[in-house]
Amino acid sequence: MSEFMMFSLVPLAVAVIISMTCALLGNFLVLRRQSLIGDAISHVALPGIVVSFLLTGVLSSSAMMLGAGVSALVTVVMIELIRRLGRVEASAAMGVVFTSLFALGVLLLEWHGASGVHLDVEHALYGNLESLIWFDGTGPAALFDPVALADLPPQLGRAAWVGLLVVAMLVVLRRHLVLGSFDPEFAASVSARPALVDLLLVTLVAIAAIAAFEAVGSIIVIAMFICPAAAARLMTNRLGRQIAWSQLFAVLSAVLGYLLAGHAPGWLGFEASVSAAGMIASVAGLILLAACLAGPRRRRTGAATSV
Amino acid sequence: METWWRALTFTLGYNTSVVTLGAMLLAAGAGMVGTFVLLRKRALVSDAISHATLPGLALAFILVGLTTGDGRYLPALLLGAAASAAIGLWAVQSISDHTRLGEDAAIGAVLSTFFAVGVVLITVIQSMAVVGQSGLTGYLVGATAGMLASEAKLIAACALGLLAAVLVLRRQLLLVCFDADFARTQGLDTGRLDLVLLLLLMAVVVIGLKVTGLILIVALTIIPPVAARFWTDQPMRMVALAALLGALSGYLGVTLSSVREGLPTGPLIVLSAFGLFMVSFLFSPRRGVLASLLAYRRLRRRVHLRQGLLALAREEPIFDDLTLTLLCRRGHIRRDGVATSAGLAAARDADHEERLWALYRERYPDDALHREHAGLVPIHEVLSPDAIMALETQLLGRREVVR
Repeated sequence: MSEFMMFSLVPLAVAVIISMTCALLGNFLVLRRQSLIGDAISHVALPGIVVSFLLTGVLSSSAMMLGAGVSALVTVVMIELIRRLGRVEASAAMGVVFTSLFALGVLLLEWHGASGVHLDVEHALYGNLESLIWFDGTGPAALFDPVALADLPPQLGRAAWVGLLVVAMLVVLRRHLVLGSFDPEFAASVSARPALVDLLLVTLVAIAAIAAFEAVGSIIVIAMFICPAAAARLMTNRLGRQIAWSQLFAVLSAVLGYLLAGHAPGWLGFEASVSAAGMIASVAGLILLAACLAGPRRRRTGAATSV
Repeated sequence: METWWRALTFTLGYNTSVVTLGAMLLAAGAGMVGTFVLLRKRALVSDAISHATLPGLALAFILVGLTTGDGRYLPALLLGAAASAAIGLWAVQSISDHTRLGEDAAIGAVLSTFFAVGVVLITVIQSMAVVGQSGLTGYLVGATAGMLASEAKLIAACALGLLAAVLVLRRQLLLVCFDADFARTQGLDTGRLDLVLLLLLMAVVVIGLKVTGLILIVALTIIPPVAARFWTDQPMRMVALAALLGALSGYLGVTLSSVREGLPTGPLIVLSAFGLFMVSFLFSPRRGVLASLLAYRRLRRRVHLRQGLLALAREEPIFDDLTLTLLCRRGHIRRDGVATSAGLAAARDADHEERLWALYRERYPDDALHREHAGLVPIHEVLSPDAIMALETQLLGRREVVR
């Protein structure tokens, strides 16, 4: 039990919170056919973090978050500029921007890699969920011990804050968000400000991506933005139920994935464990696969079918 | 600087030259295939394909490593990558064809899931006793520094084959991109051609893994075509230009990376491509930002000048600063705002022209709709002398009636 408290409780909690947060936002991304904005933003977090490290010289979380946030903003602005001024298709503009910025991040990282920076591309991609150890978590009593609680890895607190922020913003914005997701023209006509809501959504995505990035790496972020929400979309026609399904799927993938990563290799006779972030994302993919094969609302309805 | 010059002139040694040529051929092929994919509006499909190579890559590494003890055998790795990329491609296609999810969700789901499986497999590899593990991470962001000449040759040969395939198929592919229905009436199997295009794209991605790494290869299939689009409206020229820009970024990127030890090739190639894109984006005379800005300013001046002259003709006061400046600079008014005789003449002409255009718009509203900014261009540049004559006569007739 104390082993679970020390090594697994915090990673599991962080994974569940982040998965639920990302999946919540993912519902709107999938409905708006903007799923890949999460992909783009989690890629550009790398250059943001590297630049903030080069500027400040320390690897502090707040500077990293700020750097990643700025680079997310820069990305969105660049995509819009290229799309509007250059009359380039949106997805192509996105492809141009995020690959270039990611390349810049990798270049800067490798350039200064010799100076012993504790930061590498793999870490950014896979995250390091397993390292979130709660040393004072020696038993159930630690949950009520303020001294032990103060020792909780800070990522947990940040993930929780971001989760709450996202939920609060979505509750405040829900009408506008729903309106803009289904009928942007109508939303504009009743002055629901679809452009502003768009920007807010992207900002929330960026905040969630960055908070998650630090703890679990970008791959899980992309998976969680898309897979649970997409699977939920195949389960129901109602938005409320879709969100509920997506949350269920997110929790399921986080818990199952974490447990599988820790224990599945043991069942197969291996000593080591595999990447928890990778496993969680894989389970999310499997859930989506199952939904694609058997989801009750998987087919397109109402739309014109090809002749 | 000197090393760079030697790399640029292919005198930095055999290995570097082969790698440079290989990267150029690869990037040219990527640009060509990418152009068709871009025209098909599926630019980000390559993102899914490239991430989907990781599990195959890792699995091939494990299998080769278990049999020989060293997993770094390029042909096997590429085959594994191709196999899992094909599965990923199929998954994207089936999700967007058979479910209600859009292609963006399909791409995102496939790329994240496949990549995650790959990451899991990589951690499996890390717990195995196989030589050459660090070689595998090179596939994430590319590594040409330690590339063997034989590997570079393999890549170059594949890229050459790819170029040939695109050259042979270019017309059919283009037809499918622009008018699938027409292509079908011409007896082309559009479904199969679409598949061929995606398979070509997959080939680019797989060959490019070693050069730019799997996260950045997608850039080579997007950035050069987007840049090329700024310079031409003709698809075939766009294909050629994308190939050229791609090759140029490959050339710049590889040579730049040989300047210093440890500079990664992939990012440098991508950033070179981005540099070329920025040049195109800003300075292309057709669709560039600068050209658009100039065109906008020209139009604004023309509107102000015309409105100023019309105001002069109607003896209305002018308050707008830009209008006053323009009129003054042309000598139509004096500094104190009083019209000169030349200005009055020009104003009369402008007024007359405005009436002709107004009549034209009234008589031929459909034609007028199709002319951009109809009223601003001197009418004799647009209409034939006969047509103007007819309008003049009608205008004269109308004036007499009014009298």
